[in-house]
Amino acid sequence: MIDWLLEPFQQPFNQRAVLAALLIGLTNGYASAFVVLRKSALKVGSLSHALLPGIAVAILVAGLHDWSVFLGSLFAALLIGLGSLAVSRGSRLDQDSALAILYTAAFSGGIILLRRLGVAQEMEAWLFGNIMGLRNSDLWTNYWISCGALTILTSLHRPLLMTLFDAEVAATLGVPVRALNYLLLAVLIVVLISSLQAVGCMLALGLLVTPAATVYLLTDSTNALFWGGSLLGGLTSAFAVLVGWWLNIEQGPAIVLVLGAVFLMVFLFSPKYGLLRRARGLSR
Amino acid sequence: MRLVKGISRNYCVTHGAITDSQTMTYPTHESCAHCGHHHELRVENLRVCYRRVDALQDVSFATSCGACVALIGPNGAGKSTLLKAVAGLLPVAGGRILWRGTKVAKWSREIAYLPQRENVDWQFPITVRGVVRMGRYPQTGWWRPLAPADEAAIDRAIELMGLADLGQRQISQLSGGQQQRVFLARALAQEAHVLLLDEPFTGLDRNSKQALAATLRDLTEEGRLVIASHHDMDTVRDIYDEVLLLHRRAIAFGPVAEVFTEAGLAATFGVRPAAGKEVA
Repeated sequence: MIDWLLEPFQQPFNQRAVLAALLIGLTNGYASAFVVLRKSALKVGSLSHALLPGIAVAILVAGLHDWSVFLGSLFAALLIGLGSLAVSRGSRLDQDSALAILYTAAFSGGIILLRRLGVAQEMEAWLFGNIMGLRNSDLWTNYWISCGALTILTSLHRPLLMTLFDAEVAATLGVPVRALNYLLLAVLIVVLISSLQAVGCMLALGLLVTPAATVYLLTDSTNALFWGGSLLGGLTSAFAVLVGWWLNIEQGPAIVLVLGAVFLMVFLFSPKYGLLRRARGLSR
Repeated sequence: MRLVKGISRNYCVTHGAITDSQTMTYPTHESCAHCGHHHELRVENLRVCYRRVDALQDVSFATSCGACVALIGPNGAGKSTLLKAVAGLLPVAGGRILWRGTKVAKWSREIAYLPQRENVDWQFPITVRGVVRMGRYPQTGWWRPLAPADEAAIDRAIELMGLADLGQRQISQLSGGQQQRVFLARALAQEAHVLLLDEPFTGLDRNSKQALAATLRDLTEEGRLVIASHHDMDTVRDIYDEVLLLHRRAIAFGPVAEVFTEAGLAATFGVRPAAGKEVA
C-alpha cells in the first residue's frame, strides 16, 4: 500500500509531472481570479481553442519546436482575439458572436491541418494534455512563464484591480485602462499556452477558471481570491497528477475533474455562499 | 438625521492635510478652501459627441467650490455626459473645461466621479475599506505600500461617512444609502475637491435620501464643489445652491431661486413636470 502510494515519486518523469502541475496550477490559479472578476470565462475559452490552429500553422511553417509552438499559438490567439474586435467594430455583430465564428473556423482548420501534417498522434496531447511527456526544458519554460506572468500580475495588482472593479472610475484616477486590458489579455494567453502541455487546449479553460471561481464562493477578500485560487490550483493539480497515476487515468482530465469536484463541494457546502447555507437561509 | 458630524475646520480638502491635531499642517496655502480661497470650475462652449452625434453642445457655466450644483433635465439630456466630460472620461469635441484655470485632465486626483449605483458590480469581492483604500492609490502610486498617513486618511473618510462599523463588510451587504456613502468615502480618501455624482438619490429610501442630502450639504459647506444629476423636483431647493438646466445644451444656470422656476423647467422639459412626481 505504502509502496503503491510512493511509487509515483520514484519516477523522474512523474516527479517532473508533479512539479509542472504545481507550477502551472499556481500560475493558472492566480490568473483565474482575473478571469472570474472580469466575467470573461467564455472569451478566454474561445482563445484557448484558438491555440490549436496556431500550433498547426507553426508546425507547417517552422517544424515542431518548443519556440514555434509557443509563438504560433500566441500569434493565433492574438490574431483571433483582435480579429473578433475588428469584425464587431466593422459590422453590427457583437464581439462574442464574431469570436465564436472566428475561433470555430480556425479550430476546424487546425484539426484538418494537423491530420495532414502527420502529427495526428500528437493531436490528442494538444487537445487534452500530456503532462507525463514533459521534458526538463518544458519544465523550465513553464517556470519562466510562471515567473513572468506572476511578476506582471502582482506588480500591476492595484491598477488591474481598479480597472476590474470599475473601469470608468479607474480611468478618472489616471489608470491606463485600455492598455491594461490588452496586457491582461496577453498575459492570460501566455498562461493558457503554459498549461497546454498539462491539460491541452480543450481543458485549459477549466484550469484558468475553476480555482478562483471556487474560492469566490468562500471569501469576500480580494487577496484571498488571488492567492487562495493560486494555492488551490497548484495543490489540486499536483494531487490530481498523483491520483491519475494511482488510478491509471489520464492526468490532464484528472486535473480538471478534481478541480471540478472541489468546486462542487464548495458550491454545496461553503459556509458563506454554499447552496445548503442559502437553502437554510430561505427556509427560515 | 445628520451623518457627517464635526468635519474638522483644520482639514484642508484640497491638499490632504488630514490631521487630528489642532494645528494645520498646511496653514496658509494660497489655494486652501480652509483659507477662504475659491477655486473655479469653468465650462466654456462645451461640445461632446457620442457616436458621432452631438450629445452636448454650447454648454457654458462657471461655479466654484463651496457650491452644490444640480443638473436637471430629461432623460437623454446629457447629464451623465456632462459629468463624465468634467471627470475626463469623454473626449471633448469642442470648447474646454477648466478647473483652477487649467484643463481638468491635469487635476484627476482632485476630481472624483461617482458612478450610478446600477453600474457597480456589487458582488465584487471587496470590502468597504477596500473600496475606500482605492482612493489613496493616486497618491501612493502602483507599488508604494500605504503609509500610516494613508491609513489615517482612510479611517477618517470611513468614519466621516458613518461607516466605521462596516469597514470589513462586503459591499453588497450594505443598504443603498450606505453603498452611496462608500463611494463618497473613497472620494474623501482621495482628497477630491470636486465630487461628480450621477443620480446619487436614485433607488434610496426616504431616510437614506435625507441622510445623503445632509452629507452633501456638509461636504459643500466644508468647501467642496458638489455636482449631481438630480431627478426629484421636490428636493432641489433643500439640497442645492445652484441649478444647471440641461437639454443637450445649457438652458439656464444660476442660483436655485432664479433658475429653478416653472418657466425654466418648461423650457427644459417641454412640459411642466407635475408637482410631487419624479421626472423620469
